[in-house]
Amino acid sequence: MAGISGWGCYIPRYRITTREIARVWGDDPLRIRDLYLIEEKTVESYDEDATTMAVEAARRAIARSAIDPEDLDAILVGTESKPYAVKPIASILIDAVGARYNIQAVDSEFACKAASDMMILALMSVINGRYRNVLVVATDASQGEPGEHLDYSASAGSAAFVISRDNTCVEVEDFYSYCSDTPDFWRRECCPYPAHGEGFTGEPAYFRHIVSAARGLMEKMGLRPDDFDYVVLHQPNARFPVRAASMLGFPIDKVKPGLVVDRIGNTYNASALLGLVNVLDQARPGSRILLVTYGSGAGSNAMSMIVKDSVEERRGRAERLQDMLETKIYVDYSLYSRFRKLIKMLQ
Amino acid sequence: MPAYTVPVPRYWRRIGTYYRLEASRCRNCGRVYYPPRMRCVCGCKDMEKIRLLGGKFQLIDFTVLHSVSEDFEKQKPIFVGIVEESSTNVRIITQIVDVADVSDLEKSREVEPVFRVVKRDGNVGIICYGTKFRPKIVG
Ligand SMILES: [Zn+2]
Repeated sequence: MAGISGWGCYIPRYRITTREIARVWGDDPLRIRDLYLIEEKTVESYDEDATTMAVEAARRAIARSAIDPEDLDAILVGTESKPYAVKPIASILIDAVGARYNIQAVDSEFACKAASDMMILALMSVINGRYRNVLVVATDASQGEPGEHLDYSASAGSAAFVISRDNTCVEVEDFYSYCSDTPDFWRRECCPYPAHGEGFTGEPAYFRHIVSAARGLMEKMGLRPDDFDYVVLHQPNARFPVRAASMLGFPIDKVKPGLVVDRIGNTYNASALLGLVNVLDQARPGSRILLVTYGSGAGSNAMSMIVKDSVEERRGRAERLQDMLETKIYVDYSLYSRFRKLIKMLQ
Repeated sequence: MPAYTVPVPRYWRRIGTYYRLEASRCRNCGRVYYPPRMRCVCGCKDMEKIRLLGGKFQLIDFTVLHSVSEDFEKQKPIFVGIVEESSTNVRIITQIVDVADVSDLEKSREVEPVFRVVKRDGNVGIICYGTKFRPKIVG
């Protein structure tokens, strides 16, 4: 049965604390922490972007899968922070990982959800037998307006998966999607920072789509929260996924292993998928995982997965997310502004 | 016309060298060259392509540059090092990144390749990617 044959991730080594951001913008750091439950977030270095992180995550996923990169039949990327407005990250990945040239490669956009859509398309393409291995990469280095809500959470990171027909270590049992026209968050062409519907991002957007997709999948499969060992949800902050999981009837200990936003911030397309990486880095064979992603605009994809025995032999083939979480260099807001190019200069 | 400074065809021809650390090895005497050469000092032209990317790398020496070229002005000071690939002994002069403190480079000499932006050609030109090195997590 089709599923994941290799997983990998990348987060920058630089971090900024929400306390430091609050200091600069005159907010109460305790109130900020209480609002988002985020201690610190990743900061891409001056020479990093969504492409460089995608390459690093992809190489690790391929190493875990142990396939020859020439056996990839497609490279599908989900991002909302492409370094080029026109020119795909997927094309750069072909040469960076050493794939063949006669393959399909494309970038897709649906806020934070596109990469999970690419996982579903990749699964369908390997199930129908047309492709054998597809590299799917979630990558974002997103920015929020300085001093505004998103400045406390928008961060950088990437997660990658090789979706295969054979040689899998995680079987994807089924998937379910739920989408609607819900304008909770958007960015118009040429605007540097996104806008969001004040007070509109919660109930009609995040919670409605996440809960509907999760319930839809469980109903379709005849499963209940008891049947799952882990639940991994999109995590724009740590409050939303904990509350959504509770609405769905999952206890907190099934949420925690897949919750990384408190230490890395919101990595957009990689958000829930880095949570999944953290679960795959530790889950016992036989565990069942419910993954639900979310993208503003809005929509959710839910997937049910079973961890196989072969997951254990593959863990050691690349660094775990936990190792990356522990290797960090703190920056203050001045260096953060420099790395993120927030200081504008006349050319 | 906007001004570009990077000659795109040259960058494009070297993508294998920049992204995958492709080197050339002489089939006659075994010498390895990075960047690759078409002809060996032994006179042989029969060169095979090899990839250094998956290798193990040690930092041989490094320096800190406070006075840098225009492309690196916004990143200074930068660390520049000589890195050696252990199976071929090929040495590469490269930027060392993610250095919290000089003592990091003195404590452990193990470094790993990372894919990074080397140059953004103004606001309209291409983004040149390539390989840099950084201290490896020793766990
Ligand atoms: Zn020779």
